[in-house]
Amino acid sequence: MTAVSSTVPSRRGEWARRLRGGASAAWFPYLLVAPLVLILWGYVVQPMLATFAESVSDDGTANYTQFLTSSGVARTSLITSLVISAASVLLCGVVGVAMAFLLKRFSFAGRRLIEAFILVPAALPPLIGAISFQLLYSEIGILPRGLQQLLGTAQPVLAFDGIAGVLVVHTFTMYPFFYLAASAALAGFDPSIEEAAYNLGAGRIRVWRTVLLPMLTPALVSASLLVFMTSLASYTAPLLFGVDQTMTMQIYINRTNGDLPMASTYAAVLGLVSIAFLLLMRWYEGRRSYLSQSKGVSAQRREIANPIGRWLAPVASVLAALVLLAPVATIALVAFSADGSWTTEVIPSAYTMDNFVTIFSEPRAFEPILNSLKMSVLATAGCVVVGVLIAYAVRRLKFVGRSLLDVGVMIAWALPGTVVAINLISAFSTGNGFSFGQALIGTFWILPLAYFVRFLPLVFRASSASLALIDPSLEEAARNLGASWWRAFLSITVRLMLPGVIVGALLAFVHGVGEFVASVLIYTSSTTPISVAINNRMYSFEIGTAAAYGMLQVVLIFVVMWFSGRLEGGGRAASRGAEQWTN
Amino acid sequence: MIDVKLESVSKRFTRSGEAAAVDDVTLTIAAGEFFTLLGPSGCGKTTTLRMVAGFYFPTAGHIHFGEQDVTRLAPNKRDTGMVFQNYALFPHMSVAQNVAYGLKVRKVSRADTARRVAQALTEVHLDGYGTRRIDELSGGQQQRVALARALVIRPRTLLLDEPLSNLDAKLREETRTEIRRIQRESGTTSLYVTHDQAEAMAMSDRIAVMRSGQVQQIGTPREVYHEPANAFVARFIGRSNVLSLPVTSAEATRVGVALPGGGRVTATAPDGHGLGEGDTALVAARPEHVVLVSPEEPDAIRGTVTGVEFTGMATHVTVDIGAGADGDVTVAAVDVPDRVDVGDRVGLRLPAERLWVVRP
Ligand SMILES: Nc1ncnc2c1ncn2[C@@H]1O[C@H](COP(=O)(O)OP(=O)(O)OP(=O)(O)O)[C@@H](O)[C@H]1O
Ligand SMILES: [Mg+2]
Repeated sequence: MTAVSSTVPSRRGEWARRLRGGASAAWFPYLLVAPLVLILWGYVVQPMLATFAESVSDDGTANYTQFLTSSGVARTSLITSLVISAASVLLCGVVGVAMAFLLKRFSFAGRRLIEAFILVPAALPPLIGAISFQLLYSEIGILPRGLQQLLGTAQPVLAFDGIAGVLVVHTFTMYPFFYLAASAALAGFDPSIEEAAYNLGAGRIRVWRTVLLPMLTPALVSASLLVFMTSLASYTAPLLFGVDQTMTMQIYINRTNGDLPMASTYAAVLGLVSIAFLLLMRWYEGRRSYLSQSKGVSAQRREIANPIGRWLAPVASVLAALVLLAPVATIALVAFSADGSWTTEVIPSAYTMDNFVTIFSEPRAFEPILNSLKMSVLATAGCVVVGVLIAYAVRRLKFVGRSLLDVGVMIAWALPGTVVAINLISAFSTGNGFSFGQALIGTFWILPLAYFVRFLPLVFRASSASLALIDPSLEEAARNLGASWWRAFLSITVRLMLPGVIVGALLAFVHGVGEFVASVLIYTSSTTPISVAINNRMYSFEIGTAAAYGMLQVVLIFVVMWFSGRLEGGGRAASRGAEQWTN
Repeated sequence: MIDVKLESVSKRFTRSGEAAAVDDVTLTIAAGEFFTLLGPSGCGKTTTLRMVAGFYFPTAGHIHFGEQDVTRLAPNKRDTGMVFQNYALFPHMSVAQNVAYGLKVRKVSRADTARRVAQALTEVHLDGYGTRRIDELSGGQQQRVALARALVIRPRTLLLDEPLSNLDAKLREETRTEIRRIQRESGTTSLYVTHDQAEAMAMSDRIAVMRSGQVQQIGTPREVYHEPANAFVARFIGRSNVLSLPVTSAEATRVGVALPGGGRVTATAPDGHGLGEGDTALVAARPEHVVLVSPEEPDAIRGTVTGVEFTGMATHVTVDIGAGADGDVTVAAVDVPDRVDVGDRVGLRLPAERLWVVRP
């Protein structure tokens, strides 16, 4: 050793030597983390600050005081958003927990049928999902019109519109938060605890009240927070059901009216509330839960003994499966309907393949597909590089500010799409250091950047979940056998993480292709993505063509879901890890 | 007085042909008795216990508590106190809240509840632990909380499913003495499940030995040890040599058999087992009753030592005699001469008064 260090090394040699010292050196993590921090700062935090600056640029804090005056739009919107979110939590909670109990605790004919389709409505991309519910349950929807015809009434029956419509969409798309949390909790806890309560003489209701609910509480609180946040961020449902006075809609309206400071004010308030919820959730999840008590014994499913219930179960199951599949079926049906052929009938009257021919052969119609694919691929590539490295740094390296890095990524996840869009507008309308002095708004690059910010957390979560399954001593073993840090990282850790990373990347990609909320605020006519094209077609009553685009997104999603499900171990854990954060 | 009665109880989990988990079990437990279900893993002990608790309903047969038919009664109406194998303590309640749960359900007054909980905790030596959280207790302490929770409601029947299996050997022995003491003092009829024959022997008034869902024998520890009903019981309880020997003469309760060495011996056969001359009898001999002798002694069974195992109290010598159901015989001698070693030729003598003919 002395012989080597006594020869004066060249500058390059010195660096190479230091790099080989690698992860064991105290400064090493900072070398890796510095660019990551810079990226998060530049594209997540700094734009949020720019939005604050924008919101007070014209008349100081006057915009904010509007939230305090009793009769303004601002205040009503805030309250409406909060009320819708609270109602969504309640509805999703009831539906999700009931489903979890029914499916995990009882065995009946048709159970598997429901289980197979239970997550389908939530898997739809936001815009096409909301459209499908509109086509099903609103005034122009299939169900109300069908009932109208059946009962011979003057008006559509049971039509949902306004806030009720929004709540229908939220319930169908967000109950999985409760369903998944409650099923995991039910599967996790030991059935003998419940039996102990029965044995001590408690009746069914008391067991529920004193044992099951208290033990489910941690899972239910987490799910409530998630649903609340997601509802606050919801934009497409209020848009389609015409509820103008919500936070997200006001952001959109002010932006399209050209009042950027006011849009920024809404975005700032919504962003702050979302970040507050994120912190609340992290705090809550840090506390203990009862699920660690589980010994891996799964609860016995109870047979339904009641003869009426036995007979009813398969019928109800088929009905439930139909309801779960109805949104996808509707989009598929409408995709084959001739544009303009559907006016007052229950379902479209004329069918054709033309819509698909149009979107693939007409250059103007094909362009959005190309745009979306291009922009999503770019964003995904960025997400993979940055997401994997952040996951590695947060899980495996020790450095000051590690949890800040973690929070930085999660802020990107917590921010609603509308807020992300406004942030990017505020930050990149003119050039700054992070855009190499170029103004990005109005260019091709702004959408891939928005997708990158929005879906980075997906790749991060998926990578992090699969990293958690890899024993750190494997990498140490490689280093012990003489591999450099870089080599050990690539040949062992990255290799083992691969299924998780692939799942994360696929998720980021499909979410990019389905993205609407941020896109609609910042797209340019030359970079119109698929969802915006769908929206435009809906406005010009080309519903068939819109649905055809939607079918592409839906098929892509199901292919990806099927493929992720088939990836072994790490992949499945990763998709579960990431799934908690989608929507 | 009969307290618990199982009448031809069977339980099948699958509708189609497969073997029943519990097959035609009939047994009675007297008031105040400590009754044990003993058997190897998967023989249906837990299933039987859970039918008594009401968590499973029998496919056939009836269960009575005293005069009452409880076959299909809901578990919360049965007034049994169950101690689960993994304790099943409520993790979101304190020790005292756990113990008080059954009293609250029974609408016992606040003052009474407090008094009885305190008393129950004293009983299991946990005074002062009332406010602890469950995850702040050791395994043995959790076990005692579970016991207190089951006993404080003064159940008509105490049900215990391998409550000691999660404890280490020393704690297990201490706790089984404790359980028995508390059970005796309260006089609670108890049904205990274990696969550990030593535990069953030490604790029980009576034992039911089970195998593949069927009861093999019911009797006091002494009876099942000294008078096993069949070869399975003989082998499962303690160590036992079971030899198949040709019958030379048969009387009402005694059977003469020919030994491999050329000798003859008469063994006890409780009801003759329908054996006649020329049949083969299964003869059980406990190791401690087999005598090690010189190979030269006339009529001794001769064999080669294949193993010597020193256990402290005795030395177990395994001898290959080249015949018989097991092929070799284990001898437990209190003082074995040092010179016995693997490979030696030795002789064995079976004392007639200690031989027991068992059913296959
Ligand atoms: N819920 C169930 N569904 C199907 N089969 C079951 C169920 N519970 C038990 N069995 C089967 O019934 C038989 C008896 O099981 P049981 O749990 O009573 O055994 P055990 O004697 O308690 O065994 P152990 O000592 O291992 O606890 C086993 O073959 C088991 O596989
Ligand atoms: Mg058992």
